[in-house]
Amino acid sequence: MLAAQVLINALVLGCLYACIATGFSLVWGVLNVINLIHGSFIVLGAYLAWGLYQSLQISPWYALGIAAPAFFALGYVIQRLILNRVITAPVLVTLTLTFGLDLILNNAMIYYFKADYRKLTLTPPMGSVSLFDVVVPIDRLIATASALALTGVLYLILRRLRVGRAIIAVRLDRDAARLMGVDVNSIYAIAFGLGAALAGCAGVLMALIFPISPLTSTAYLGKAFVVCVLGGLGSVSGALAGGILLALIEGIGSALIGPAHATTLSFALLIVFLIVRPQGLLGRKGFE
Amino acid sequence: MTRSNLILLALVVGIAALPMVGGSYALRLGTIACMYGILALSWNVVGGLAGYPSFATAAFFGFGAYTAGVLLGKGVPLVVSVPAAGVASFVLACLLGAALLRLRGHYFAIASLSLIEVFRELVNNATDLTGGGMGLNIPLTSTAGVMADATFFFYVMWGLLVGTALMVVVVAGSKLGFGLACIRQNETAANMIGLNTTLYKSVAFGLSAGFVGAAGGVYAAWVHYIDPSDVFDILYSVKPIVMALIGGLGSPLGVLIGAFVYLGLEEVVWRNYIQIHSGVLGILIVVLLLFLPHGLMSLRSQLLAWRPKRV
Repeated sequence: MLAAQVLINALVLGCLYACIATGFSLVWGVLNVINLIHGSFIVLGAYLAWGLYQSLQISPWYALGIAAPAFFALGYVIQRLILNRVITAPVLVTLTLTFGLDLILNNAMIYYFKADYRKLTLTPPMGSVSLFDVVVPIDRLIATASALALTGVLYLILRRLRVGRAIIAVRLDRDAARLMGVDVNSIYAIAFGLGAALAGCAGVLMALIFPISPLTSTAYLGKAFVVCVLGGLGSVSGALAGGILLALIEGIGSALIGPAHATTLSFALLIVFLIVRPQGLLGRKGFE
Repeated sequence: MTRSNLILLALVVGIAALPMVGGSYALRLGTIACMYGILALSWNVVGGLAGYPSFATAAFFGFGAYTAGVLLGKGVPLVVSVPAAGVASFVLACLLGAALLRLRGHYFAIASLSLIEVFRELVNNATDLTGGGMGLNIPLTSTAGVMADATFFFYVMWGLLVGTALMVVVVAGSKLGFGLACIRQNETAANMIGLNTTLYKSVAFGLSAGFVGAAGGVYAAWVHYIDPSDVFDILYSVKPIVMALIGGLGSPLGVLIGAFVYLGLEEVVWRNYIQIHSGVLGILIVVLLLFLPHGLMSLRSQLLAWRPKRV
């Protein structure tokens, strides 16, 4: 039964990891930028959910509807005003720039919210379901379903909408897309906005499960790294596979060799994957 | 030897006079200045000369700090512990480099960032050897008094800076430096004409890590207490890059000046805005990258370029 519980936990957590990683993977794939603010966006989303629930009693499910447009706007503006100026610079410059932006956002959050851990507690609690001996809290189950739905929405946007096809076109070949009349700078901003919106929504969902503190942003960022590399860049299905794989590795690793080594294991695996199979499990260039 | 390298060495030698003019605060600042100089100059070998965006500085800084810390704790004298930390970092980096440096661009950046996490977690979990999250207390090496101790560690760190500067000058003038420049410009072509790129990159990565590791060792002995979140701080990876960007990538003199300018800015920010100092550092990074992407050294050539027009 322990095995079944570990498996279910991994599936539940894996979908949330996938939600964290899809936005990161989108920005990396389309803009060719490793977006180090991603972790702080997630924490900011968690604070948004917490604040809305504490002050206005708005449930986190509705908070998703507020977070998505707000974070899209934030991401759009940041890309247009700041990142777009150095978008063609080498990785060192773009990575250091997003690190600087992350320092600013993270420091602002520590300043306003302090570094204390907070928890969003739903009243009344939603309880849990149990099937045989496997127990899953209901709020966690809904969070997982929402994460899957969000990932699905991104997939549909990229697949069906005109702007989504334009994003894929820019990802495949920027110059050709420009020649076909795509406004590349605006596509960059939309892609970054979508990435930020996904991060914000993931944060709202994370607030239901994990304690909230600005200090947790690097842990989320680390998850995004590992999931992207495991699953392969650029496809939604890759992020999903990577997310579940990471959650499984962490779950099984914690059960077998102790939770203290789970992070070491996942990062060691990241380095091995980078060397042996840098395209990841399902990675294909630009296919969606 | 070029003129800028001569100025570099003169600048480094000039720092040695600091204890004669300053008090204990100046000594502390001077020690940190030397440490930053070592980190920035070492990073420049990989990041500036070979053009690989390495974020692994903190990993080897922490590795060196813990190697020296554990050895000092077992009663090994400082003159053995610090070189041992440097050599161990060199060997480890050469081995890791042979595997990691096959990655390019974003993938190398991610891998080198992850190296910090792996090392930190390993140290965190090896509680018997390193004390884990509780940190590691390092015994005092001398009983000569606070000022004598501070002066001693200043000169140790300074000596290491001299060593790093000499290494950088020698590398820049050698076949290795030429090979690294070729790798930066076009690695595939360099490989085609018979350059052993893996060997060159690994040696450069190792040299860079060796001096960083030794600096970590001196740091550990100097502050007497280290813990994983302190020495494996990702800021130790980013700061040298910011310093190099302030000064201008590639030129050792620019990088060293960048390190000192950065330290000055950091000190001002720390003293005046303690609560928002990391945010101010972030603003500094953003402004620097947006408006002065080629560093302070580029201002000089711009000024020189303007002059004839005015005449």
